Amino acid sequence: MMRAIFNLSFRYKMPLWGSFLIVTTAIIISATLLFRAYADLKVDLLRNAASQGNTLAISLFKALLHDDVWRAYEIITAPFHGATPEFPVQAETLLVVNRTRHVYVSTRPEEIPMLTPLARIAPDYALLEASWNLRDGHTRVIEPEGAGRIFVVTPIVEESAEVGTLIQVFSKSVLIPRFLESADRAAMMAGLVLTILLPINWYWGRRTAEPLATVADSMESLARGEPQPLPAHVYAYHDEVGRLFESYNRTAEQLRAKASLEQEVLRSERLAAIGRLAAGIAHEVNNPLAGMLTAIDTLKQRADLDPKVLKTVGLVERGLNQIADAVRALLVEAKVQSRSLAPEDVSDVQTLLHAQIARKGLVFEWRVNMASQVSLPASLFRQVLINLVLNAIQAAPEGGHAGVVVSVFPDRLTLDVRNEGPPLSDELLQHLFEPFMTTRESGHGLGLWVTYQIVRQLGGHIRAENEDAAVRFFVQLPLENAA
Amino acid sequence: MIRRRAFLSWLPLALASPRLLAAETRVRFGMTPAFLHDQHGLLADWRQYMEKRIGRRVEFVQRDSYRETMDLLRLEKIDFAWICDYPYVHLRKVVRLLAVPIYGGKPHYQAYLIVPASDVHTAELRQLKGRVFAYADPYSNTGYLAPRFQLKQQAEDPAQFFGKTFFTYSHRKLIDAVASGLAHGASVDSYVWDTLNRLKPEVTRRTRIVERSPAYGFPPLVAHRSVGQPLFLEMQQMLLSMKNDPEGQALLARLNLDGFGIEQDALYDPVAEMMRAFGEV
Repeated sequence: MMRAIFNLSFRYKMPLWGSFLIVTTAIIISATLLFRAYADLKVDLLRNAASQGNTLAISLFKALLHDDVWRAYEIITAPFHGATPEFPVQAETLLVVNRTRHVYVSTRPEEIPMLTPLARIAPDYALLEASWNLRDGHTRVIEPEGAGRIFVVTPIVEESAEVGTLIQVFSKSVLIPRFLESADRAAMMAGLVLTILLPINWYWGRRTAEPLATVADSMESLARGEPQPLPAHVYAYHDEVGRLFESYNRTAEQLRAKASLEQEVLRSERLAAIGRLAAGIAHEVNNPLAGMLTAIDTLKQRADLDPKVLKTVGLVERGLNQIADAVRALLVEAKVQSRSLAPEDVSDVQTLLHAQIARKGLVFEWRVNMASQVSLPASLFRQVLINLVLNAIQAAPEGGHAGVVVSVFPDRLTLDVRNEGPPLSDELLQHLFEPFMTTRESGHGLGLWVTYQIVRQLGGHIRAENEDAAVRFFVQLPLENAA
Repeated sequence: MIRRRAFLSWLPLALASPRLLAAETRVRFGMTPAFLHDQHGLLADWRQYMEKRIGRRVEFVQRDSYRETMDLLRLEKIDFAWICDYPYVHLRKVVRLLAVPIYGGKPHYQAYLIVPASDVHTAELRQLKGRVFAYADPYSNTGYLAPRFQLKQQAEDPAQFFGKTFFTYSHRKLIDAVASGLAHGASVDSYVWDTLNRLKPEVTRRTRIVERSPAYGFPPLVAHRSVGQPLFLEMQQMLLSMKNDPEGQALLARLNLDGFGIEQDALYDPVAEMMRAFGEV
């Protein structure tokens, strides 16, 4: 049971604990006040009773001295006219006993007739008799243990001549209605306090617990290897919880970077392996291919060839040339001596592709931040740029937006190509730069492969990502003169 | 105590000028604490009636015990008084009979022995032996002399018979004492009990009449022997004719009386007999 409570989410445990504390406090304070009120009530009652007792005793002295029973009866019944604001609690009975402690007169003569010995009235009175202790002439409150009554006892005495004793009898239960009255008030106050404090506590408890619960949930996602960053608005304060958020976010970011790096490495390794394979095949194919093409060329030099044979030879030659083209395309050779890239090269590409952009009705934005020549092979960069822009044009929907940003920094050149096309699937992103990957019916799927190979050979990076409503290719190429 | 209180109460009168006290124009009328004692409005109206009829100032003098009124008569501090039959017999030498109230068509009243209504067993006075018994006044016939005489007739000692006795100094309070259960029994003036029964039945309902005594002469209105014959007759005539005029009739109705009559002194002989039994006459 306890364990179940302690296992509860902080979302409930914090408000519950707070509520428990508030309710407990309210109960303790109310109980203390009530206890106090009860004590005060009793003190008040007894003080009033004592003062009444002293007043009555003065009048009673003469009546007793003259054995005037009727006058004594009139005196003790006089205050018996219901509760008053000054004397809210009425005595149950007033009685006068003589020196031998027999009833002289009582306000309820039928139950407590004259001449009855005090102890025989009721068990409570026997207890009173047992604890009788009136040495001086002062009013005394006697509350015998186990008795349901409180006795306020006033000796009827004048100049040390004692003629009897006035006893005011209070039932302990007379305090109860008054006590309940104060209890009602206390309960109302406590209720008011609780109705204010409990919702506040609940709100604060939830507010404190919610971020903790979020962190706990996120930590679990961390353990599963899917770190999700925490939204900044969940907890914007710099206390312990805030620091927990920050450090969680840092860790998550690091883990994410690590994971993406690992994936990147995997992908480039795979691409490298494919590249090696392609290169190996290309070499193996190229040598016999060169021999075959040379042989065909030689064959074509002969004049005595049958036109039918010539036609076949032509067929074979075209096929071999197609193979050679494909192999050449696979085998990207970056080590081509070329002039350096100039701003005009970008303009050329712009001009070159203008027609295609216009045909699709695209809004294409060119932003080129290149003032002078850059130490990059112009032809290779042109190829990369053409490939990526063509790709963007093809991916973008009719009349959509696309654009390219070329930026030159002292140590690098960046190329940022966007299109509004549909986002790339995760599967596609994984294999995007592999040869023969294409989503289109047309095209051989070597464009991005070639681009990738060129970028890698130039020592740069390329990555593709879905961003908002766009697909973005980002290329970064190091500049030699930076070193 | 009674004696001292009486002394203190007439002291201011005694100190007053004798000339004023002797003034003929003023009539001083003593009222014993009979049933009327608490009905100040009725007394004031009756006083005005008297003044109008006899053309003199009338002053009602009220005292808390029979004894005090008796003292006032003895000392000639009052001219007339309405007293109990028992004091009358005591004071026969000092006063003379002025008029006797007619109650229930007769100049008589009785003593009722009453007990609390909760006491359903007691059937006669003798059964109250050892109990608490309330007396009205030491000079009351029905409230003191009669029950004691009855006990004496039954060979009991009235001083020892009851467990405890006390005085209330008024028949009205006597009924309260029994109704509240403070006293287990009391002998009360039948006129007071009956009248209260008419006005406040909720009080008398809490008492039960056990015995009714023989008839005694109704407490009389008396005149001091020093009162001159003209005033005596004037007063007597005024009382006797009350039943003849509407105002007087209204007062009589409030007094619960039929009227006033002239009776022989012998009406009170039974009281004298009882007193003799106690060696008082």
